[in-house]
Amino acid sequence: MQIELKDVSYTYGLNTVYEVSALSGINLSVKEGEFIAIAGQTGSGKSTLIQHLNGLIRPTSGRILFEGKDIWEEGYDLRELRTHVGLVFQYPENQLFETTVVKDVMFGPRNQGLSEEECRQRAEEALKLVGIPEELLETSPFDLSGGQKRRVAVAGVLAMNPEVLILDEPTAGLDPAGREEILTLIRRLRDRQGITIILVSHSMEDVASYAGRMIVIHQGKIAFDGTPRQVFAHYRELEEIGLAAPQITYIMHALKKGGLDVDVNAITVSEAKRSILLALAMARSGTVHV
Amino acid sequence: MGELTLGQYYPAESILHRLDPRVKLVGTIVYIVGLFQVSGVFGYLFAAAVLFVLVFLSKVPFSHVLKSLKPVFVLLCITMLINMFLIPGRVLWSFWIFRITAEGIRQAVTMGLRLIFLVMGSSIMTLTTTPNALTDAMENLFGFLRIVKVPVHEISMMMSIALRFIPILTEEMDKIRKAQMARGADFESGGLIRRLKAMIPLLVPLFVSAFRRANDLAMAMEARCYHGGDGRTRMKPLRYAAADFVAYGLLAAFLAGCIVFRVTGL
Repeated sequence: MQIELKDVSYTYGLNTVYEVSALSGINLSVKEGEFIAIAGQTGSGKSTLIQHLNGLIRPTSGRILFEGKDIWEEGYDLRELRTHVGLVFQYPENQLFETTVVKDVMFGPRNQGLSEEECRQRAEEALKLVGIPEELLETSPFDLSGGQKRRVAVAGVLAMNPEVLILDEPTAGLDPAGREEILTLIRRLRDRQGITIILVSHSMEDVASYAGRMIVIHQGKIAFDGTPRQVFAHYRELEEIGLAAPQITYIMHALKKGGLDVDVNAITVSEAKRSILLALAMARSGTVHV
Repeated sequence: MGELTLGQYYPAESILHRLDPRVKLVGTIVYIVGLFQVSGVFGYLFAAAVLFVLVFLSKVPFSHVLKSLKPVFVLLCITMLINMFLIPGRVLWSFWIFRITAEGIRQAVTMGLRLIFLVMGSSIMTLTTTPNALTDAMENLFGFLRIVKVPVHEISMMMSIALRFIPILTEEMDKIRKAQMARGADFESGGLIRRLKAMIPLLVPLFVSAFRRANDLAMAMEARCYHGGDGRTRMKPLRYAAADFVAYGLLAAFLAGCIVFRVTGL
């Protein structure tokens, strides 16, 4: 187990009039190399949860283990932890501050205490990984386009060589091309570098086609935890808590109801296509009733 | 972020909350003026009694009102010490160049009490009045300054926008701080210079976002045809109710009482 949460609860504004329970009794373990999607309504506690994973928030009760060690134990180096568990916040481009792109990306490695050359090398690698062309390295990050800024910000976390990468809605506010770029990048990071990915997302389509495991948070508790297919099978319950299954799942259910014998468990467009074509072929050969 | 009670509204249902903000603004000024009239023991007791009644009426927990003293605590101590040591008079105790005089102690206590009552009194106003109501009251009360070309409306608009932005920017600051901490930033250790340098990754993004927000807001206001105060009507115009006139009467009585204390020297 890479990360383990044991009975973690968190309350905002403890012992004040404004006390709000954000998480209660979360048990969760993350294996190395997993691609986990976290979904939930706004205010369900997703963001609070992921900030626990790299020690930005201290749980009110419960324990958090990283590679078997309690991160809130006396003398545990939280800054060191943050180099292993990289966290990309929502709208990460808002944290850019340096005069040039490459300097901004070097901020993380520099905080790790690496030498200037190493920092530069790490930064250049990370920027290459996210697809920022070399001629942009010395320009101001504020002159870039929205999608480019976001990728520079992601590179800023990647340059620290994390083993776990957590992203809070990395595609929010991007155009379709920008979304595709970011998601492809995330998938590539997992496939080629074996980085564990934890992705907070509102897009069920993205979750269905990228994640291997899906966790649904509702009112500070884990409502579902399983493969996207298992979770989307509960699409009625998901609707009740303000979420939904991918559009395609609804189409498949409608087709089934209309008499076409398709697989209602299809959660991506390509799966659905296969199933529909198969069902149509079966229907055309018509006479064969199984 | 530190807790700043001054300028923090405490929601509750009380007579003071319901009063017209203009009454509370005038009342605060009257209370401060009154404070500087009294000088004797009974005068201060009178001022304290009024303060306690007000706190009781406001339904704000007393501890909450006391918290407003925290930001001025250092100033309070310095003022009292300076008064204690520098006022000439009958020497009670001396050491090297330091002398404590009876007059000094007396002055220190009165100054201290005045400052405490002043801060607590004005925080009763800010605790029971939303910042927006307060700026409305100021715009209304200082409206006469328009005659001498003071842009009263614009100033009050600026104030309410600034007040509105404090929580937004605080939240933003917290987000940026966490994002930079996730990148290994260290804000806690090191000397003064290092700590100041560590602020750059916080302040640059904060300023960028503040300017962006200001720009967005300006556009949104223009899109809704905002063009300054002339001919602008209000959704909730300020209107005095019976209780407000009673309050004005009580204020006058308070001021009269203070002057009596001053004249009699009690």
